[in-house]
Amino acid sequence: MFCSLHFPFSCRTLLVALMSWSSLSLLWAQTPQPQPQPQLQPHPQHQAPFQAFEPAGHGILVSHLANGLTVVVKPIPRAPTAVHMLWVRVGSMDEVDGYTGLAHMLEHMMFKGTPSVPAGEFSRRVAALGGRENAFTDRDFTGFFQQIPSSRLSDVMKLEADRFAHNIWPDEEFKKELEVVKEERRMRTDDSPRSALYEQLESTQFLASPYRRPIIGWMNDLDNMQPQNARDFYQAWYAPNNAILVVVGDVNPEQVLALAQTNYGDLPQKVLPVRKPRIEPEQKGIRRVSFKAPAKQAYVALSWKVPGFKGFANHDKMSQEDQLASKEALSLTVLSALLDGYEGARLDRALTQGTKRVAQEVGSYYDFAGRGPQVFVLEGVPKEGVTMQILEEQLKAQIQKVARDGVSEEELKRVKAQWLASSVYKRDSLFNQAQEIGAFWARDLPLDTSDLLIDPLLQVTAQEVQAVAKKYFSDDQLTVAYLWPQAIDEQTLKRQQKAQSSGELR
Amino acid sequence: MKKKSFVMPLNRLVTQLSNSSLSKVTARLSALLMVIAPVMSFAVQPIQHTRLDDRLEVYYVLDHSLPMVDIQVDFDAGSRFDPPKRNGVSGATAQMLSKGVQGERAGKHSQGSSALSPMDENALGQAWADIGAIFSASSSDDRLSIYMRSLVKPEILNKAIELGSREIGTPSFDPAIWSRERAVSISSIEESETQPGPVASKLFRQQVFGTHPYGQSVSVDSVKAIEASDLKRFHQQFFTPCRARVSLVGDLEASDVERIARTLLSRLPQPQSCATLAPLPTLPQVQALSQSKTVAKPFASTQAHVLMGQVGIARGDARYFPLTVGNYILGGGGFVSRLTDQVREKRGLSYSVYSYFYPELQSGPFTIGLQTRKDQAHQALEVVNDVLNDFVTHGPTPEELQAAKDNLIGGFALRIDNNKKLLDNVANIAWYGLPLDYLQTWTQAVQAVSVESIHEAFQSVLQPKRMVTVIVGDPS
Repeated sequence: MFCSLHFPFSCRTLLVALMSWSSLSLLWAQTPQPQPQPQLQPHPQHQAPFQAFEPAGHGILVSHLANGLTVVVKPIPRAPTAVHMLWVRVGSMDEVDGYTGLAHMLEHMMFKGTPSVPAGEFSRRVAALGGRENAFTDRDFTGFFQQIPSSRLSDVMKLEADRFAHNIWPDEEFKKELEVVKEERRMRTDDSPRSALYEQLESTQFLASPYRRPIIGWMNDLDNMQPQNARDFYQAWYAPNNAILVVVGDVNPEQVLALAQTNYGDLPQKVLPVRKPRIEPEQKGIRRVSFKAPAKQAYVALSWKVPGFKGFANHDKMSQEDQLASKEALSLTVLSALLDGYEGARLDRALTQGTKRVAQEVGSYYDFAGRGPQVFVLEGVPKEGVTMQILEEQLKAQIQKVARDGVSEEELKRVKAQWLASSVYKRDSLFNQAQEIGAFWARDLPLDTSDLLIDPLLQVTAQEVQAVAKKYFSDDQLTVAYLWPQAIDEQTLKRQQKAQSSGELR
Repeated sequence: MKKKSFVMPLNRLVTQLSNSSLSKVTARLSALLMVIAPVMSFAVQPIQHTRLDDRLEVYYVLDHSLPMVDIQVDFDAGSRFDPPKRNGVSGATAQMLSKGVQGERAGKHSQGSSALSPMDENALGQAWADIGAIFSASSSDDRLSIYMRSLVKPEILNKAIELGSREIGTPSFDPAIWSRERAVSISSIEESETQPGPVASKLFRQQVFGTHPYGQSVSVDSVKAIEASDLKRFHQQFFTPCRARVSLVGDLEASDVERIARTLLSRLPQPQSCATLAPLPTLPQVQALSQSKTVAKPFASTQAHVLMGQVGIARGDARYFPLTVGNYILGGGGFVSRLTDQVREKRGLSYSVYSYFYPELQSGPFTIGLQTRKDQAHQALEVVNDVLNDFVTHGPTPEELQAAKDNLIGGFALRIDNNKKLLDNVANIAWYGLPLDYLQTWTQAVQAVSVESIHEAFQSVLQPKRMVTVIVGDPS
């Protein structure tokens, strides 16, 4: 679930995707009158008309309540379990300066009560149902989930719908939880040099795009966050017309729809805040970040701005520009797999092996799609005695090599075989399947995108891979980050701590 | 960055920053918790067991939901058998399995088998990728575990099994490759010494287990001392069908299972009888602590990492269920445990606070852990001590016990609802010699736990006055 070392990366958007976002928001903005209330179903057992579901492809069924809530079911009767998720299309990218970390903080506060379910009680009830639960926040979305015996679906949906509509808590709860989130930041970022490096890299790489800010929030913004900020954010964004309910597992789709109608049907839709495009201006020259932290290993990250996937040509009405971007996104996906998709792929061979090796570890990463802009990252830990500059050059040389000499059919075949196999493997996990559906929905892509992608990926040619390697990896679009390790010996540390504790009262 | 097991690009799109805790201990915890499971409203598929050629123990579940198979091979070759001053040999052996295999002349491996060229690490990596199959190997205190996943199409599965068999049976342990891998390992150990979490874990093991192998960790010096010949020797000594367990879950027939298990281990020496094998080295008993110990270390970090604990139980201990259920109440049950309630929910002191027993072949650790801003470390520790003392002294309330049972029994199906989870359970049953109907009887065993049995178990296993406490990032 974590992007591991690539920690805070998510995304990037081409102009057009953002435009379509803003037009979507506009659409709602132009519909200030809520839609007529749906007819309420008196019994949860009521069978909603099956026609209400449309197949979204690959075993996924989708329906919409009159208030705009999207309801998705993927029935998999393998074991008597299910995963129930509620996703809201709001993430850290919807925050504004001075309020970073708010989407994530609100996610934490969603566990802190409603008029009928006091603080802490949500988790206790889910546990009593035999469930496991958690929640997550990304740049593009916020999600809440429970894994449950499928017979308990109606109980957890009732709980989830209750907090979605009626989350309320005293200031005191907020203050305590804010301290928890600060501890989370210390653990994930402040004491993790590479995470902290990526935080700096992104805030340098992006100027206008909201992707420049950390999901967890700057510490000073957390210090100054007020309870009302979270309440306002909740009121603004947590609306049925900005959410999707996903249920995957051993369930009856009609019953799920009836339950959704009972639990969510009454909620009014809201006019969502206007989402400004905040399009990143074109980068016109290399940017560099230097970062020092207590560490032993140096570390280099190279991040290029590249196009992302906008949709399937045959499914969506897309502009020419989007169609091209989407096609190139497929080629970039293949490129990343060729560089680093398996043991002994190009980067490993060239940089970590043999007598002339320059790196302890290397990696490649492409984030493919998102509500904001996408990046393509190469990273590495230099071998002792090798400078970060040399590693930087060598990493770039691998892309240049593809641009110059192309790639072999054998390599292409190999990464495609991996995709075909992984398309079977991933069906082993209900959780992953539900998560893919939610993430694609949040990015306005077809719900079955992960299945739809296989064919187009298989069709990517060697020439197309070579073409993106030529086109997108100039220094002008590049941001480079160096982690300079700082040795801190115990004596220095003790002196520092002494100075600190004498100057500060706690 | 080194994880090459393949992911669809899109899986990477998803998320971070969950609200929960426990990420640090997930690996250990899942090993622990996964071992659990019984029947509720649905029938657990029976685990089958066979002993092949009077030496190879095979456990499997035939599940035809998806055209794939998950396989685990465990050898009694964990780091507890690392040679003295060469800690890391077991882990390095695991690491080197996929870094090259020897060639074979025709007929060498079995009658009529064809000649095979040696393969280097790249040839192996490519061969696995060409069939989209996965191979990984890792080592823990007690076992060296190999995990494989493949589609069941015969032309794919057969290749995967042959590759797996060669990596298990005839790794080349090339000295040049090892010297490179050693340099990489040393570099990453040095890096881990700059991070408070790993430093705290190492200190904790040392303090709890002393000179016992469970107390040893890899260090720069111990890895420097390891030569390729050590790995070869370790492999010869500990890789034998007699001391392996093979577990399989997937879309197979019983006859496939036997063939696969045999082939995977066929390249290892096949002793006439397991009785003729040289005995395993004897290991010392794990010694309980005689007094409390505190190690406080300043560190260049914003948080203090706090670990507290002592020697817990072995997997075969009769108190396993009362301790498992009791620990759910104390610090295992996510958001609803006493520790989370007191440390996180009530005081906002830590993002993550937990406790767990890690039962092993010998007595493994009991651990409580948290991370907090340095200046709060002692306050947090005080809260933890109070919670632990109270729990050991008074035991749980009947309401807490009921809540724990509701979750553990009610959620049983979640522990085995896919192939990978089921495999983890099967492999645990195989490894610890648990009864084949363990999953069928698991909920009953949980149901049988009482307030008294938890109270007694905690009283007899834990001594709050004789705990090890490690604080890395100590403020004083």
